[in-house]
Amino acid sequence: MSEATVVGTRGGEPRHGVRIAVIWAIATVIVLPLVIWVVGPHIPPGTMSQQTGDQHTVDVALTALATPIVLLIWVYFAYAVTVFRQSGSAIVDGPPITGHRRIEATWLIATSALVLGLAVFGTADLLTTGGAGGGEGPNPVAKPADWRGALQVQVIGQQWLWTFRYPSYGGVETTTLALPVNREIEFHVTSLDVVHSFWAIELGVKADAVLGADNIAFDKPLRTGSFQVRCDELCGLWHGHMNTTGQVMSTSGFTTWIAQQETANAAVTKTLPPYARVYFPTPTRNAS
Amino acid sequence: MVRVRALAVAATLSVLIALVVVYFIFFLESGPPAIAAVVSDGTARLTLQTVPTYGHHPFPDWVSYLAKDASGRWQHTTIFKVPAHAMVDVTIYQYDGASGLRNNFLSAVSGTTGDVEVINGTAQHGINPDNAAHTFTIPDLDVNVPLPGISPNAKNTCSVTPCTVDQAHNTITFSFRAPGPGTYRWQCFVPCGAGSLFGNGGPMQTIGYMSGLIEVS
Repeated sequence: MSEATVVGTRGGEPRHGVRIAVIWAIATVIVLPLVIWVVGPHIPPGTMSQQTGDQHTVDVALTALATPIVLLIWVYFAYAVTVFRQSGSAIVDGPPITGHRRIEATWLIATSALVLGLAVFGTADLLTTGGAGGGEGPNPVAKPADWRGALQVQVIGQQWLWTFRYPSYGGVETTTLALPVNREIEFHVTSLDVVHSFWAIELGVKADAVLGADNIAFDKPLRTGSFQVRCDELCGLWHGHMNTTGQVMSTSGFTTWIAQQETANAAVTKTLPPYARVYFPTPTRNAS
Repeated sequence: MVRVRALAVAATLSVLIALVVVYFIFFLESGPPAIAAVVSDGTARLTLQTVPTYGHHPFPDWVSYLAKDASGRWQHTTIFKVPAHAMVDVTIYQYDGASGLRNNFLSAVSGTTGDVEVINGTAQHGINPDNAAHTFTIPDLDVNVPLPGISPNAKNTCSVTPCTVDQAHNTITFSFRAPGPGTYRWQCFVPCGAGSLFGNGGPMQTIGYMSGLIEVS
């Protein structure tokens, strides 16, 4: 089949390819700005932290990239259903398509460029944003520029509760996660039993909590307010209840809060094991 | 002949579907009963016991909680009903030995009146984490009460429920304020499911043993 046949110029046949391209271009010009500027601001996870802001930008960019492709499929589908409709009872096959080198080459080059471009973009983005809020294991490769001044917060998962230790404040442990605004946070996520997953939704942090593993994730809250913490790994009977609400506070508010925690929990802090990156409860404590 | 076959198939399918429906209805209705707290003078009273082994079908060797109903009979349940915003006085007869907390943080009492529990007549803010046999914890209300185990040398220990007060036990009392209407989970945080992964299987994963619900209405 010749190219002329593909675009439909022979024998008075309408130029279907051109028609589809024009409809697609018009739809893209109309829909793409709507996706970016109307739908975009509502795409999760928001902009509460540097990491969520970056995730949001990436989500909007990928949605914008996908929009023309989705529109092309929808336009072609609607056009085919409307125009390529046979009349009468006879069923006739269309002309066989045996290959088109230019289209094939264009398809391969375009999709390869897209995938490789996204891979480079994603890698660069991970490295420049300190892991984009994901758990990086005990020796993170991607660190934020000011990671040395980060506040360390240990996240401890157990069936079915989150607790949080602050090693720079005497190792005090709390059931509330409070963080100062505009300061880099270095989460150390671990577990005392099965695998959990620490998910601070509005902060864009998600890191698996594994017994015997120190999973580090970075985050920098940019706004005060509350955020949701959930377990994102099915972990047993009360998995669905393994959630809490965290708070991003002003620096002075955090200083006051952590001092109160140190005082209120002074007695129980003395019973805690020394701060460590991981904990291995002794066999006598697992009733096995 | 074809008609008879069709009728037979339809009848068989109907019976199978009915069996499945009955099974699911039975499954959904087969949980432990809810015990209402005894209310007097605006105070709700819950009386519970923790036992090392339930001693009866279907899991006689599982550790468990029991609750006393309004008639004074012990019921095998962990679902309690309390009035909204009422003060809830809880008495727990603890018959099990200590196995220790996995997280020592939970050795401190919280969420109760004065952040204390009364153990055998003595008010305490917490216990030695290694002496914990169980906890009564409502995470959403920040209520946590560790329950000390009986002495390993104790005589006359209980093995079949209901245990009686002449058997070795600790008596723990505390109070907390019920929240607004809703259903709140509670659980034990001592990994006491002997023989299961991390001690958190079996009774720890089963409502009616070491986990339950508090229905506030």
